[in-house]
Amino acid sequence: MSEKLLEVNDLTTSFKIKGEYYPAVDHVSFSIKPNEVLALVGESGSGKSATAFSLMGLHTKARIEGEVRFQERELTELSTGKMNKIRGGDMSMIFQDPMTALNPLMKVKLQIMETLKLHGTKSKNERESYAVELLDKVGIPRPERVAEAFPHELSGGMRQRVVIAIAIANRPKLLIADEPTTALDVTIQAQILDLIRDLQDDLGSGVLLITHDLGVVAEMADRVAVMYAGQIVEVAPVRELFKNPRHPYTRSLLNSLPSEDMLGSKLHVIEGVVPPLNKMDRDGCRFAPRIPWVPASEHEDNPELREIAGDHFVRCTCYRNFHLNNEETAAESLETGTGGRA
Amino acid sequence: MTLLEIKDLKVHYPIKGGFFNTVKDYVKAVDGVSINIPEGTSYGLVGESGSGKTTTGKAVMGLNHITGGDILFDGRKLNTSGRKVDVRDDIQMIFQDPYSSLNARKRVIDIVAEPIRNYHKQSKNELMEAVLDLLDRVGLPRDALYKYPHEFSGGQRQRIGVARAIALNPKLIIADEPVSALDVSVQAQVLNFMQEIQRDMNLTMMFIAHDLGVVRHMCQHIGIMYQGRLVEEGTAEDIFSNPQHIYTKRLIAAIPDTNVDRIERNLEMRQTVKTEYDQNFSDYLDDGGRAFPLQSISETHRVALPVKG
Repeated sequence: MSEKLLEVNDLTTSFKIKGEYYPAVDHVSFSIKPNEVLALVGESGSGKSATAFSLMGLHTKARIEGEVRFQERELTELSTGKMNKIRGGDMSMIFQDPMTALNPLMKVKLQIMETLKLHGTKSKNERESYAVELLDKVGIPRPERVAEAFPHELSGGMRQRVVIAIAIANRPKLLIADEPTTALDVTIQAQILDLIRDLQDDLGSGVLLITHDLGVVAEMADRVAVMYAGQIVEVAPVRELFKNPRHPYTRSLLNSLPSEDMLGSKLHVIEGVVPPLNKMDRDGCRFAPRIPWVPASEHEDNPELREIAGDHFVRCTCYRNFHLNNEETAAESLETGTGGRA
Repeated sequence: MTLLEIKDLKVHYPIKGGFFNTVKDYVKAVDGVSINIPEGTSYGLVGESGSGKTTTGKAVMGLNHITGGDILFDGRKLNTSGRKVDVRDDIQMIFQDPYSSLNARKRVIDIVAEPIRNYHKQSKNELMEAVLDLLDRVGLPRDALYKYPHEFSGGQRQRIGVARAIALNPKLIIADEPVSALDVSVQAQVLNFMQEIQRDMNLTMMFIAHDLGVVRHMCQHIGIMYQGRLVEEGTAEDIFSNPQHIYTKRLIAAIPDTNVDRIERNLEMRQTVKTEYDQNFSDYLDDGGRAFPLQSISETHRVALPVKG
């Protein structure tokens, strides 16, 4: 379909550990339309950032299989030179850590001008004035002064704005934001999210938002894909996902957040940890070891993503009769309670 | 009973410069903060980066120089000049980053035993038993003893950090952003077991964080810091249901909510608060750009409101 901006099919990114390749991103498929925000959520180690880096072609030592179609072009087959034309141009990325994403030895304006130069703004004066304009656009007060500053002279929030200014310099059609606000305070986070929202309205870009903060997802996303151990386990429109989460992993995540109605009580804990790449069992439901009270018969042998309602996809069949472990005990105690009374 | 009393604490750092590298000015990292923490309770100190919350915690630990004010622990003054009052084994700290706060070249047994070795003379067997007991308490397996920090996940590492902190049976724990480096599911584990340990050991806790949701979950009392001063202080209920200072309101409005039904309302609310903040924030500061002294507005709730008149 032509209305899709980005289409990813069976993307598999494998890393070499002790001579063997292990997929960190395992047959991941999704698509993004223009003007749409797709959030990719999951714990560290689930493969979110590996997915983003694969799209941008930033992994140098990984083996990448599958299709990444961006504006009708197959990115995985492009040469580095052709990729460089797209990277930072029509497709750009906001990096997680503004402390390390900027070059400490270059003035802010030169770093912005560099990306402008690589993507065709010819005259130096033009680049310079546009750099200042960009800094102004991302809400930096006194942009002329900040343009002359080095990164270490700026606060974390300011640096992140500079990173965003670089990312949007060439009016990208697709913006990949990898944990854009994780290193920031809540008030600054709110400003940066506003900024991304405004830019998206302004440019009509598609956004792939990678985050582990479910509050940010609820606010920003149109659709949400939940990743666990290299696979997408649930995809749904944002309201549907938060109102009616189905996959056990999604439900566990949502339950482990401290919230108003849980004050003073124990938080839900997901047992165990995300398995390391080289020790992961790749057959069957990958979340099964972390919900041991669910009988094996509930899982599928080869779990697939299936549409269970309009645009709502869930992997594996274990969601059907799933109870969180604390729900189960609550139900049991209720039963014994009524039994006692009878 | 008040276990920790901070009175008008000031920590100023000199800014040097000019021809003779003379002191030009001071950065007032903490500028007149008073906090009382009753025994067995948790006090949450919240603020943005640079607001002075970590500096306050470190001052209590004796990790940085104090310019003015007093810190009283259990009625004893900690910052007497000359002879140090030895309460170091009563106050311990849990650090933010479980990746950098554990020595990568030491085994778990050495990390956890180090404070015990420093303060008590014990035989090898006694020491071993004490360490095993601590590991049980924080829920780490016994075979963790001879492993190195890199063999553990983030949540487990934070447990090692907690085991080290409670090794000397402290009365006060200062937890500086103990969960902000962790994923939500791991964060839940650490928060749960910190609550358990606090109950079991009747610990008093000073919980430094920028995540208001976490602080609300953990603490009975909350103080909000802005540029080295408290702007509002009260019970969790006071702060969340009845915030008075514009800065507190703005912090609370900025928290993204996972309730999708409330998002529209939240965004609107955030915009209104922000407009009010931009227009009126200077009214909440005195001529020197500092927050006003706290005034009581109820028995538990104190706010830095401008002096009327």
